[in-house]
Amino acid sequence: MSVDKATVAKIASLARIRMDDAALERMVPELNGILQWVEQLGEVDVTGIAPMAAVIPNTLRLRDDVVDADPLTGGGRGSDVLANAPAAEHGFFGVPKVIE
Amino acid sequence: MSDLTQLGVKDIRDGVRAGDFTAREVADSFNAAVAGAAALNAFIVTTPDHALAAADKVDAARAAGSELGAMAGVPIGMKDLFATDGVQTTAASHILEGFIPRYESTVSQKLWDAGAGMLGKLNLDQFAMGSSNETSYFGNVASPWKKAGSNAAMSPGGSSGGSSSAVAARLAPAATGTDTGGSIRQPAAFTGICGIKPTYGRCSRWGVVAFASSLDQAGPMARSVEDCAIMLGAMAGFDPKDSTSLQLPVPDWEAALNADLRGKKVGIPREYRMDGTDQAILDSWEQGKEWLRDAGAEIVDVSLPHTKYALPAYYIVAPAEASSNLARYDGVRYGLRDLPDGSGLQDMYAATRAAGFGDEVKRRILIGTYVLSAGFYDAYYTQAQKVRALVARDFERAFQDCDVILAPTTPTASFPLGSMNEDPLTMYLNDVFAVPASLAGLPAMSVPAMLNEHGLPLGLQLVGKPFDEQGVLNAGLAIQQRAGFVAKPEKWW
Repeated sequence: MSVDKATVAKIASLARIRMDDAALERMVPELNGILQWVEQLGEVDVTGIAPMAAVIPNTLRLRDDVVDADPLTGGGRGSDVLANAPAAEHGFFGVPKVIE
Repeated sequence: MSDLTQLGVKDIRDGVRAGDFTAREVADSFNAAVAGAAALNAFIVTTPDHALAAADKVDAARAAGSELGAMAGVPIGMKDLFATDGVQTTAASHILEGFIPRYESTVSQKLWDAGAGMLGKLNLDQFAMGSSNETSYFGNVASPWKKAGSNAAMSPGGSSGGSSSAVAARLAPAATGTDTGGSIRQPAAFTGICGIKPTYGRCSRWGVVAFASSLDQAGPMARSVEDCAIMLGAMAGFDPKDSTSLQLPVPDWEAALNADLRGKKVGIPREYRMDGTDQAILDSWEQGKEWLRDAGAEIVDVSLPHTKYALPAYYIVAPAEASSNLARYDGVRYGLRDLPDGSGLQDMYAATRAAGFGDEVKRRILIGTYVLSAGFYDAYYTQAQKVRALVARDFERAFQDCDVILAPTTPTASFPLGSMNEDPLTMYLNDVFAVPASLAGLPAMSVPAMLNEHGLPLGLQLVGKPFDEQGVLNAGLAIQQRAGFVAKPEKWW
């Protein structure tokens, strides 16, 4: 499978990355080079093989449902959370006006 | 006093304990070396005060007769992918420029708790995406090594290129690295140092800027196997804040080091004999077999039939996870915001990400978005995950016949910066030997073997069974003792 400029524009829009025409033109052959190369995976017989998402067997743990089980990831850190926000306003993240 | 910057982790730790020198003297020496090495561009920011404060604490603890930690008095470099409280953390990307975390990553915190100090935040490929350290927003990192007869700046490897350059140039006795598809081992091989990626889950990923979460693993880079064993011991351990953290005790790898390999079997994967591999690399592999045989091991042939599919599978799985992980950089919560006049929220996202991400990062996000998109998900992503399962199964079967696998770390030695930029694929191929162990989550290490005909270092790779870092370190030690690799780059910076 290969991609054309319109497809790359669509992907870039899905990925929320603004790209002008020149950038799209440049990206088309690069993406196609990579996609053609990964096509070879189609040769592999994967009959009966389950897709692997976790490589080392591990089970998700449960912890006691308590407040601030770990203070680093607990509550009460609003100012820390907002410290790096480009526009923190009134204890919230500020964003441009959204009008539906 | 002799030059303290020539010492490694173990010698510094032991010297500070014995009172041969103070931690302050060590920190002063390395701070000066860092300050004098701007030409390498290994650091994004330097933190001499952090190193001094940690050193003073160690000296005071020693004076008070308190017990000293495993890394007491050892100043290290911290890859700028680890969140450090109060110190800018960028992942070498413009999109995180100026981001100052208000918390400390688990791995870095463990190192400070063990008595280490921080010399600075090390440069890397942007979001750890790259194999030459040429994708950083903060400029290329140069290797301290030069090709004989040439003045061209050489690649320190990537993505942990600031780490490899700094450790090889004696700016730091050791540094942290992270390895998603070879990012510890390949730079270690390029610069004549050691680096180990432990079993997936050994080191907490909490506070490490995420690239591909099912692959990312932190590990130490240093100039000896012993130093790696010590530092890995300080970095590893269960962390409830990382859902994939291994709930296992951390062995005392240093104490159990043993280069006697009698009774051990070393597997040689026949599929790793690939076209395009330098003759010198193949020769070093042969030499490696001889060294391990000399250490008492039996050399056996093994097969990893899906080796050639590991790299293309990786270049679907890793970008897919990256496209998802990097969705968080949106100009809202931290980092860069680009808000063109009169634009709305969606425009802000797109403009911010366009301005903040480098070309290689955008390329991988686009690939990831494509392979996860409706209609292509099964053909690409599910297929790649199945191939990943087969790559892992190959190792499982091979380890029925051997205890550890020996292979080259890379198909070539280091190359000049700027020489591989024409086609992203040629760069990807440099990780062909490193990626399979990443996909399988296995512990793997690179140790320096020799110099090639151009005076550039070559590394040998050891891959072990899950949780068997000890087997990897022991085989690495056997090679280290026989290789006698003492070459170091001539200072030009």
